Amino acid sequence: MTERTPSRGWRAALSSAADWIEKPIEALIRACGWSSIVLVAAIFCFVFWYAAPLLPHIDWFGTDGFFTSTHWHAKEREGATYGVLAMIVGNFAVALVAMVIAIPCGLAAAVYISEFAGPRSKEWFKVGIEILAAIPSIVWGFIAITMIGPLLIKYAGATMGTNLLNGGIVLGLMSIPLIVSLAEDSLRAVPDSFREAAMALGANRWEIVYRVLFPAARSGLLAACMLGVGRAIGETMAVLLATGNKNQIPTSLTDPITTLTATIASEMGDAEAGSPHSQSLFTIGLLLLVITCAINLTANLVIRGNKRASSN
Amino acid sequence: MSSANPFIPSSYELNKEKRARRAKWSTLTVTVALLIPVALILTLIALKAWPALSWDYLTGDVSRSGAAGGIWGPLMGTFYLTLLCLAIVAPIGILAGVYIHEYAPDNAFTRAIMIAVTSLAGVPSIVHALFGLGAFVATLGMPKGLLTAAMTLSVMTLPVIITSTREALSSVPKNFREACWNLGASRWQTIRTIVLPNSFGGILTGVILVIARAAGETAPIMFMGAVMWLRIAPAGPERLMPYGLNDEFMALSNHLNLISKDIPGMPEQMKFGSALVLLTLILFINGLASLVRLRLRRRKRW
Repeated sequence: MTERTPSRGWRAALSSAADWIEKPIEALIRACGWSSIVLVAAIFCFVFWYAAPLLPHIDWFGTDGFFTSTHWHAKEREGATYGVLAMIVGNFAVALVAMVIAIPCGLAAAVYISEFAGPRSKEWFKVGIEILAAIPSIVWGFIAITMIGPLLIKYAGATMGTNLLNGGIVLGLMSIPLIVSLAEDSLRAVPDSFREAAMALGANRWEIVYRVLFPAARSGLLAACMLGVGRAIGETMAVLLATGNKNQIPTSLTDPITTLTATIASEMGDAEAGSPHSQSLFTIGLLLLVITCAINLTANLVIRGNKRASSN
Repeated sequence: MSSANPFIPSSYELNKEKRARRAKWSTLTVTVALLIPVALILTLIALKAWPALSWDYLTGDVSRSGAAGGIWGPLMGTFYLTLLCLAIVAPIGILAGVYIHEYAPDNAFTRAIMIAVTSLAGVPSIVHALFGLGAFVATLGMPKGLLTAAMTLSVMTLPVIITSTREALSSVPKNFREACWNLGASRWQTIRTIVLPNSFGGILTGVILVIARAAGETAPIMFMGAVMWLRIAPAGPERLMPYGLNDEFMALSNHLNLISKDIPGMPEQMKFGSALVLLTLILFINGLASLVRLRLRRRKRW
C-alpha cells in the first residue's frame, strides 16, 4: 500500500468529487438504460391489468364473439356484446389501401433518391420527405376532412367524404416517409463493391438496382414495408377523422369504416373508469399492442437475419 | 460476319440504356408527384388561413368553442406540455442512449433492450394513452392534467431520443475514446469530457425532434386532461402561466381535433388558422433541427 499524497486546491477537490460521484452516476445511467425494457413490460402489464376483469366474460368465437361478430355494443349495461370483427377488417383494409399507395411510391422514391439523384437534388428531396414526415397526424386528419373528402365526393362518387379510400390515401402519405428513409438506409447499406462489380460487368444504373441492390437489400426493404404496415395499423388521429367511424365491414372503397384505434379514441372519453366499457376498450388496446408488437418483432428478425447472413 | 463498326452500340445495348433512362425518369416522376401535392396542400392551408391570422388571433382567448377569438390558451398549453415532456424525457433518454452505446456489454440482455426500444417506438399512440390512464391516473392516483399528459408523451418520445443519441455517440470515432482511456481517464470521465461534447449537436437534434413530436401529438393527451375551453386570466403573470401542474389544460393539437369536426357556424378560416399555426410551429422546429445538423456536418473536424 502506498500512501496517497493529500490533494490540495479546488481543482483537485473537484476532480476527487467527480471520481466519487462516478459510481452513483453509472448506476443512474444503467437505470435509465433499462428504462425502455421496463416501460415495454409496464405497458403490457397495465393494459392487460385494466382489461383483465372483463376477459373471462368475453365470448371469443361465438355468434356475438369478439373475433367473429360485428356487434359492438359495449356501452350497454345489460347484454353488452363485444364484437370487433368490423374494426379488425377495417384496420387491415385501410392499411392495405395505404400500402398499395405507399410501398410502390416509397420504394421508387427511395431508389431515385439513393441511386439516381445528384448530390444536390438528393438533399432537396430529403428535405421534402422530412417535411412530409413532420406533418402531425391530427393535421393529416384535418387535410382528409377538408381537402381529400370533397375531392372524393366530386370525382370518386362517394356519398361521404370520410371513408376507407380517404383513410387509405392519408395513411399512405403518412407511411411514405418512413418507408423511404428505411428503404434508402438499406440500399445505402449495400457495399459499394457490389455496385462496382456489377458496373465492371457492364451493368447500367437500373440493372444495378434491380439485379444487384434489390436482392442484396431484400430483407431491409421487406422490413421497411413491414414497419410501414405497423405504422399504418397503429395510427389513430388521422384515421379517426378520415374514415367516417361506421362500424361495418366495407364492401367498396368508398364505404365509411372504423378501426380498432379509432374506436378507442372516440369512446374512451365517455367510458367510466373501471366499467366494463372501459375494460373492453383496454381489451382492444391489448389486441392492438399484440398485433403491432408482432409486426415490429418480425421486421426486426428479418433485419437481424440479413445481418447474420451477410456477415457469414 | 458483318463489317460494321464494332463500337456502334447494338440494339440490345440501346434497349438497356432506354430501360435505365425510363426507370430514372419514372422514379423521379413518382418522387416529385409525392412532393407536389404536399406543397399544394400546405399552400392551400396557408391561403385559407390567411383571413384569420393576426396578432389578436395568436394572443386572443378561445371563445364560442373556437368559432371566434384566438388561440392563446392552446398555444400556452402546448408550450408548457412540450417543456415538461422535454424536462422528463431528455435526461432519461440521453442517459439511456449513453448506456446502450458506451456501457452495455454485447449480450442477450442488451439485445433485449434494443428490441424494447424498437417495440416502444412501434406502440400505437392510442395505446400510450391507455397506459397513461392505467398507470398514472388509475394506479398512482395522479389527477388528469398537464403533468400526467407530459409523462405519457415522455414514454412515447423516449425511443426517439434514445435512437438519436445512440447515432450521435456512434459518430464520435473510437480512437478519441481510446486516447482518453490511455491517459488514465475512467469511462465516465471519458464520456463527460470527450464523448458528450463531441456529440452535442447530434444529441441536440434528437431533442429538437422530440419537441416537434410532442407538440403535434393528440391521441396520448386527449384523455389526460386536455379540454376544449378553460377560463384564462385576462392579464398578469397568470396569462403567461395559465396552468398548474395538476390542472386541466388546452393544447393546440387537441384544439384542432375538436374544431375540425363538423360544428355548425364554424368559420372555415378559424380551423385553417389553427392548423396553419400548428404546422408552422412544427415545421419551424424541424427546420431548426435540420439547421443544427447541417452546421454540424460543416464544422466536423474528423
